[in-house]
Parts: sequence; structure tokens; C-alpha cells
Amino acid sequence: MSENNLPVKSNKSLPAAGDNASGREFVTMYIEGQLFGIPVLQVQDVLEPLKITRVPLSPREVAGSLNLRGRIVTAIDVRTRLGLPPREENVKCMSVVVESGGEFYSLIVDQVGEVMTLAAAEFEKTPATLDDRWREISDGVYRLQESLLIVIDVKRLLRLEELTAA
Amino acid sequence: MDDLLREFLTETHESIAQLDVELVRLEQNPNDPALIGSIFRLVHTVKGTCGFLGLPRLEKVAHAGENILGKFCDGQLKVTPQAVTLILRSIDAIKYLLSVLEETEAEASGDDQELINDLDAMAEGRDVGGAESVETVDSPVMAEASAPVQEHVAPVGEADAFGFVPVRAEDTGLNVKEAKMPEQPPQSVSVPAPVEAKKEAEPASGEGGIKESSVSSQTIRVSVDQLENLMVIASELVLTRNQLNQISRTQKDNPFATSLQRLSHVTSELQEGVMKTRMQPIGNAWSKLPRIIRDLSLELGKKIDLQMLGAETELDRQVLELIKDPLTHMVRNSADHGIENPSDRLMAGKPETGVVLLNAFHEGGHIIIEISDDGRGLSMNRIKSKIIQNGLASESDVATMGDQQIMQYIFKPGFSTAAQITAVSGRGVGMDVVKTNIEKIGGTVDLQSTEGKGSRFLIKIPLTLAIVSALIVECAGERFAIPQISVVELVHASAHSEYRVERINDTPVLRLRNRLLPLVSLRRALKLNEGKKDEDMSFIVVVQVGSSSFGIIVDRVFDTEEIVVKPVSPILRNITMFSGNTILGDGSVVMILDPNGVAAHAGEIHTTADSTLRHHSSSAHGRVSAKQSLLLFHAGGDAPKAVSLSLVARLEEIDLASVEYSDNKPVVQYRGKLMPLVPLDESFQLGKEGTQPILVFSDHERSMGLIVDEIIDIIEDQVEVNVAAHHPGCLGSAIIAGKATDIIDTGHYLAQAYQDWFGAQQDSSFGSEQLHRVLLVDDSPFFRNLLTPLLMVAGYTVTTAENPAQALKLREEGEEFDVIVSDIEMPGMNGFDFAAAVRKDGGKWGELPFIALSSHATPRDIEQGRRAGFTDYVAKFNREALLSTLQQTLSTVRVNS
Repeated sequence: MSENNLPVKSNKSLPAAGDNASGREFVTMYIEGQLFGIPVLQVQDVLEPLKITRVPLSPREVAGSLNLRGRIVTAIDVRTRLGLPPREENVKCMSVVVESGGEFYSLIVDQVGEVMTLAAAEFEKTPATLDDRWREISDGVYRLQESLLIVIDVKRLLRLEELTAA
Repeated sequence: MDDLLREFLTETHESIAQLDVELVRLEQNPNDPALIGSIFRLVHTVKGTCGFLGLPRLEKVAHAGENILGKFCDGQLKVTPQAVTLILRSIDAIKYLLSVLEETEAEASGDDQELINDLDAMAEGRDVGGAESVETVDSPVMAEASAPVQEHVAPVGEADAFGFVPVRAEDTGLNVKEAKMPEQPPQSVSVPAPVEAKKEAEPASGEGGIKESSVSSQTIRVSVDQLENLMVIASELVLTRNQLNQISRTQKDNPFATSLQRLSHVTSELQEGVMKTRMQPIGNAWSKLPRIIRDLSLELGKKIDLQMLGAETELDRQVLELIKDPLTHMVRNSADHGIENPSDRLMAGKPETGVVLLNAFHEGGHIIIEISDDGRGLSMNRIKSKIIQNGLASESDVATMGDQQIMQYIFKPGFSTAAQITAVSGRGVGMDVVKTNIEKIGGTVDLQSTEGKGSRFLIKIPLTLAIVSALIVECAGERFAIPQISVVELVHASAHSEYRVERINDTPVLRLRNRLLPLVSLRRALKLNEGKKDEDMSFIVVVQVGSSSFGIIVDRVFDTEEIVVKPVSPILRNITMFSGNTILGDGSVVMILDPNGVAAHAGEIHTTADSTLRHHSSSAHGRVSAKQSLLLFHAGGDAPKAVSLSLVARLEEIDLASVEYSDNKPVVQYRGKLMPLVPLDESFQLGKEGTQPILVFSDHERSMGLIVDEIIDIIEDQVEVNVAAHHPGCLGSAIIAGKATDIIDTGHYLAQAYQDWFGAQQDSSFGSEQLHRVLLVDDSPFFRNLLTPLLMVAGYTVTTAENPAQALKLREEGEEFDVIVSDIEMPGMNGFDFAAAVRKDGGKWGELPFIALSSHATPRDIEQGRRAGFTDYVAKFNREALLSTLQQTLSTVRVNS
């Protein structure tokens, strides 16, 4: 699907709760080809990244701060968080805005996919053999037909200080 | 009018208005327990507050009314129209008393025995028929026939058996007055019903019984949260306006220009208006000073006249809170150090009475507070010798310093020139804290002093913390904001101009007016593009932090802009270089540089050895509440020790020759009394000669000196004890200033001193290292406001919650307390359920002592309370009992644990 055809504007436009009879709804996204998902209710907004102001001396994972309709939001580069090489310059990326502890954060990912409803039967725990960084942020895995979807635990994703004492 | 009283009136008027409505509803649904509960609570609160404020007459009436309501609650008494009428009568009596109170600020004379008798009779279930006045309203049908009292009720009473009598509460109010107040002149009684219609137009009529309260109609209460929210929105509007202005400026012949200008005006007015709602007169922060000065002059035998000008000057309540303590401290200092004894003054040719002047006024977006005295001024020589003595600077350095520079040393930690240390000041832990606190809110302190003539402190603080003016600069392609208040000047440096950046061992410096100004490369400080060197052509922003100034090298300087300071995200909060971030007119986010943080960084570069002062500035921001000031010292062993500064009364050096021994324990004569000296390490032996630093802990009459080897520093830090105590006298270890530090348990040493000299320690107001944390749960804001300062003065840290739900939320958030003090009567979850909830879920709060506040304490309630898990029960309006119960409860817990 095209990135401009945004699947989610904000959670308010989704009258149904994130969970329904057939399973949980996730906003999906890709990083380095891997499919990830964040529960729909945790996602505030999906947008193309605005101008990001770098924050000197911040942890590596912090891409900077941006202005989201008058709110200052910290942008987290999920690639760096996962220990992946930095995105090449001028490659398009997307921003998924999530809320945690009353603060908004923008998660910078490669690409955003559609909203999927996933059945509980397809859910598995995070494989124990995964890389530490990946295992830390993963809340479990869904077995899709063609690929695997890693559920992102937003709270743990935002726990940076343990990794990088600034 | 007394603030407390005004607040009481406002709150009670609100409650009463609500009561009228609820009682009518009650009559219609006599069996609605929620309604009864709510009415009961309201009356109960009124009664409790009366008790607190010492309004016995009001309290009695409320109490009698509450009794009946209590019986309604228990189902012992049925809700009948008669009973409701009686309660309404008591409400009217309360209204009348309130109106008198409002007019005269004193309770009306006389009593309401008759009414109370009726109420009591009803409460006891006796037939109230005996009492005349009750009979008259006994049955609405009889109203018409009933006695003269009922005159103007009559036509109403006819109308309906239920709905009407209560609605005509005002009339009933008159009746009560008529019946109970024979001493009142007749004309005040015979207010005819028509007055009702014009009561608003005639506020001065003085007919209290039916007059709308003027206090309650002039103000409405709005929660601070709401105001804050409004402030944020207004600030956003200002920003948007700024953006529009910026766009508009770039375009010629803009058709929007006129409208934009209007919008701009309106926005400014709105912003000002919103800011005003948060403003409070500075006099609120001064109210305690006259008393302090009075006590001081008695204690010190001085004659001091405290003059306060500009008390009505308003400033943001947030700022007000933060400057309260520094101001008090400085006024104390002036009175104690500044003003001389009457005899000295006469000798110096001054009037016997010294003057301490406090003056506040507005000046260009700032508030200036001036604290001056006509006392002896600062003694340059004494400061100089103290500087040298404390090793803060060498003798030759001091010789080259200007007076202004020397004076700045009084703001250094641990610096006091008071020759004699008194109870009041001279503890050397003051001015530095004052300065830090003021700088924390973006203010500055300036000092002028003439020896023999007096000294003058000028505090300059921003009107509000929300919007500041900032200089926008660029470095390595990134823009930053520097708060204008710290910027002294801008210098353009280039290789060919008068100003040129020079380097000493790669550290940049600048010759500025025959002085060498240290420079900080922002590029390097922020680790931006470090490979690239600062260009020769650059701008230097000269900033002043405390007494030192330095230059920040930036690439470009833009305009100044009004910015709204927003806190940085928690992830970034540990970067001390920034005090916040903001959105500029063009919509981009910039970080706000904290000159304190930059200075701290610079301090690390330039004066690595000078670590003692560093922590001070580097901890100048972040969450103030979570940090505490600690005094670091050495005493036996290698590890530094720390104690909370709030517990230390003074730092002293005692002459060892003056140490005497009593019962083989060292004591020293101190302020006319013997003060025990306790070594930190029991095996420690005092020397015979020289001096020994001690920390003095004082509690009321008693003092104790803790012998230490050396006082290191005062720092402000978040303290987390990571290693539990391994020996008595130590609370545990924590990392402070990068070193493992033992936090000492003052209580242990106090006990040592007190057991030997004073017997068992009764007063535990500082029995332990940390202040006891009290969680106060009460739905009445009045009570919360009343009890919080009371408890704080008694040495507790107080957190308040409006209701149990809020309190339980605190628990979820992991807050910890030492004791819970809770009201019982609250809407939603009451105190019993709250206690049960706290006990049931166990967890952190499961074992906490739980003190219930209530004025409705029957043995049955107490029994119910104990079952629900209350530790103790205290009458709500008894301050003494509350304090002593808290103390007992906490000391029991302490012993048990």
C-alpha cells in the first residue's frame, strides 16, 4: 500500500475498541523488512516525519524532537534502538506517534502497513533465542501466513537509560 | 478579612447553598441514603471548620443539626417533614451567623439554646411538641394558624405540604432570628419579603438573614489545574500569533495586516488576563515576617522596624511559593547580622531603632524585590579573611578582587561571617541556598553594601515562569535558545577586529575590557560536529551565572523571541545542559540552554579540582521536589558522610579548650546552656587544643553537637539509599557526588545525647533522618489547606489527596508514606472503605498507620473504624490531638520496626 494513504489518523477515528471478537487490532510497520505491530489503541497518529531537531548529548536512539501540533514530541529511531545500521540519507521513513506515561513519542520506522486484526490463536511468546535488544522490546510474536509479526512493547521500547547512560 | 475566615465563608456559603437544595430533595426522597450521607457530610464539614476557627456558637448549632442527620444516616430516625424543617431552621441559623461573621468578622453574640434544645429533642426521639417554635412548623397544615412567627410563611405553607416550606428557607431564617434574637432591634427582624427580590441590588442592607453573601458572590473558585491549562492554551496562542507576525513581516501590502494587529493586541490582552488569574500579591509571602522580626528583636535585644512597601505587587503564585523561603531567610539575616545593638547604633550616630526595608515593585516584565537595612553592612575585611581561611581563594587573589567580587563570596556554600553564631543565622548554610533557589526560577540576586551604612539586596525575578524572553543562537547548524535574563552582552569576535578569541592550551578565552573572559565552545560542550573547529568569525554570548561570567561561542546570533518553556521529555531530562525546550515562531523545536548547566560543564573543563562547588550549579534544575539538600562531611573512616541539611541547625567550630566534661561525656557551654557533644564514632577521643567542627542539631530548647572531622560541602541531590544500614547510627549508603556516602541517622545520636542528659526523648519532631511523610485525604479543600501548613510546621512532609481514589492512585504510582490521615465522611468512597481498601490489598501501604479524622465519633463508629483498619481516631477540629496522635503513632511504628 502507499504510504500516503494513511491507515490510521488517530485512535478517535476508530469507533470500535482495539479488541474485538476476532482478535486484537494492530498498526503494522516495517523495519529492515521485518514486520512489527503496535496495538491500535496505543497509536495516536501516523505521519510522515516533520522537521526533527537534533538533541545534543541525548542517547543514541533519540532522533530528536519534533513539533506535533504544538506539542513537543521526542522522536525515537527504532532502527538504532534495535541495533540496526542507521537509515541511509534521503530514504523515506514514517513516524508512528505513541503515548506513554502522559508523554508523546514519535517512533521512526521504515514504512507503515495496514491495520491488521490478529487472532489470539496465532500468538506466541517471544522466542528466547532472539537478540537481547529485540527480545527486550518484543511482547510476543504472531504467526501470519507469510511472515511473522513482532508485537512492540512501547513502554520497554522507550526505556533507554538502561542501555545508554547518557 | 483574615484569609482563613474568607475562605471559610466562601466554602461554607457554597455548602449551605447546596444544602438547601439537597434537603428539599431529601424530603421528597426520605430514604435515599446517598443523599442523607451527602447532607450529613456538608453539615459535618461546617461543624468541623467552626471548631477549628473557634466559632463556638456556630459549631453548637451545626453540631445539633449533625446529630439528627447522623441518626438519619443510621436509620435511627425517620426523615419526616418536621425533622427536615428543624434542620432547615438550623441551616438558617447558620446562615444568619455567617452573615454576621462576614460583616463584623466576629461571631454574633447570644445563643441558640432554644433551637438546639429542639434539635436535641428531635435527635433523642422525644416529642418536640413541647417546644413552641417547633410546633408552629410541625405540620404545614397548621402553619397558617400558627403563632406570629409564621406570618410570612403562612401563604406558602398553605400551598403544599412538602415542597414549599424548605424553598422558603429565607423566611424561615427570619423566623429563627426573630424567635432567637430578642436583643436584635425590631427593624432588622421585620424585613419584608419584597427585599428578597432586591437583595442583590442592596448588598449593603445589612440584613444578614437573607442577604446574599458578598464574599461568595465576588469570587468563584477555580482549580489551579484549570488555570494552568488555560495558561498553556494562551501561551500556545501567543506562539501562533508570533508565527503569523513573522509570516506577515515578510510580505508587503499584506491585506491581513490590520486584522493581524488586532489579533495581536487581543492575544496579548488575553495572555495578560490569564496570567493575572494566577497572580497573588507578594504580601502573602511576607505575612509571617513581622512576627519573625518581633521575636527576633526580643531575642537579640535589638530594636528593629520592619517596613514593607509594595505588598500588593503581584506575581505568579508558582514564583511566589519559590521565593517565600529565600525572602524570609534574607530578612532574618538583615535583622540578625545587619542591624546592630541599640548601644552600638547610638555610638555610630544612628537612631536606636534599625530599619529593615522590604520593597517590591514591577520593572519591565520583572519583579524587583529589595531588602535593605541601615545596619553595619558587610565587613570586607572579615569576608576577606574568611575567604582565605576557608581556602576559597588565595591571599594574593583576594588582594586583586574588587569589593563586588568579594561580596559575592557570601553566596558560597558554608560561608558565614557572623562573628557570633546565633540561633537565627550565621549558620553558613543560608545565602548559597537563597541564591540557588532564586536562580532556579530564572532570577538574579544583586548585592550592594557600604560598611557602617547598611546593605541592600536586589532580587530580580521574572513575573512568570511560563513565558521568557530568549536569545536564539545557532551552532553547528542547530538553533538554541538562551534565556535573556542570563545574557549580559554579545561580542562579535573575528581575527581582525578588536575582539579576538585566543587560546590557552586549546581553551578559548577572550580579552574583554582588560579582563580575561573564559569561553565555552558550545560546539564542544554539546559534542556537535566536534571535528570542525569554531570559526574565527564567531559570536560570543556573555552570560552571567551567579557571580561568574563566561562567554559561550556560537556561530550566529538571531533575534530574541518570547518563548514558552516546556519541560523536556523524561527520556532527555538527565541532560543538564538544557532547561527545557520550546517551539519557535516558525514552528520548529529548539532546546533551551541552561547557563547553569553550561557553567557546570565549563567548570569541569577549567577547574576540575574545584569539585566542591560544582554540584551546586549542576543540580540547579530538574525536579525540585525530588531533591534534597545534604551536608557532606568526614567523620571517622574514609567514606564521606551525609545528613539532610534541613536537620542541621548550624555549623560551628568549637574551641577544644572550652570543652568540659560532665559524667565523663564532653559538653560545651553554648548559648547559656550545656550542649552535649556526641562523636560519630564512639571510640573517638577529643583533642585538648585547637578547634573542632561540629554540626549542631536543635530541637526546641535542646541542642546537640555532633563531632565531625571536616565539613566538605553542601549539595543538592536525589538520594536513593542503595545499601541498607550496617550499623546503628547509619541509615544506609548512597551514591552522592559520585562517591559511596553513609547517610547518618540523626535520631540515633540524638537519642545518645538525650538519654544521658535529658531522659527519654519525648519529642520526635526530628527523630529520624527524613521528615515523616503524611498522606492527607480530605474532600474539603479548606481542610486540606488548613491542615497542610499545620502539619508542615510540625515537621511533616505532606501530600494531599482529594479523595480515596486519588490516594489509591498515588499508591499505584508507587508513592510511599509513613502515615495516612484521612477524613471519614467523603463522597464516593468513605474513610471506612478507604481504610479497608488500603488494608485489603496489602502491599506497600498495607501496614501503614491510618489515622481517621472525624468529629462524628461515637463508640460504635470507633469500633467500625478499628475493624476497617484505622489505627486511631482523632476529632477533626482538635489540632493538638492530631499532632500528638501522629507523633505517638509514628513513634510506635518506629519502635516496632
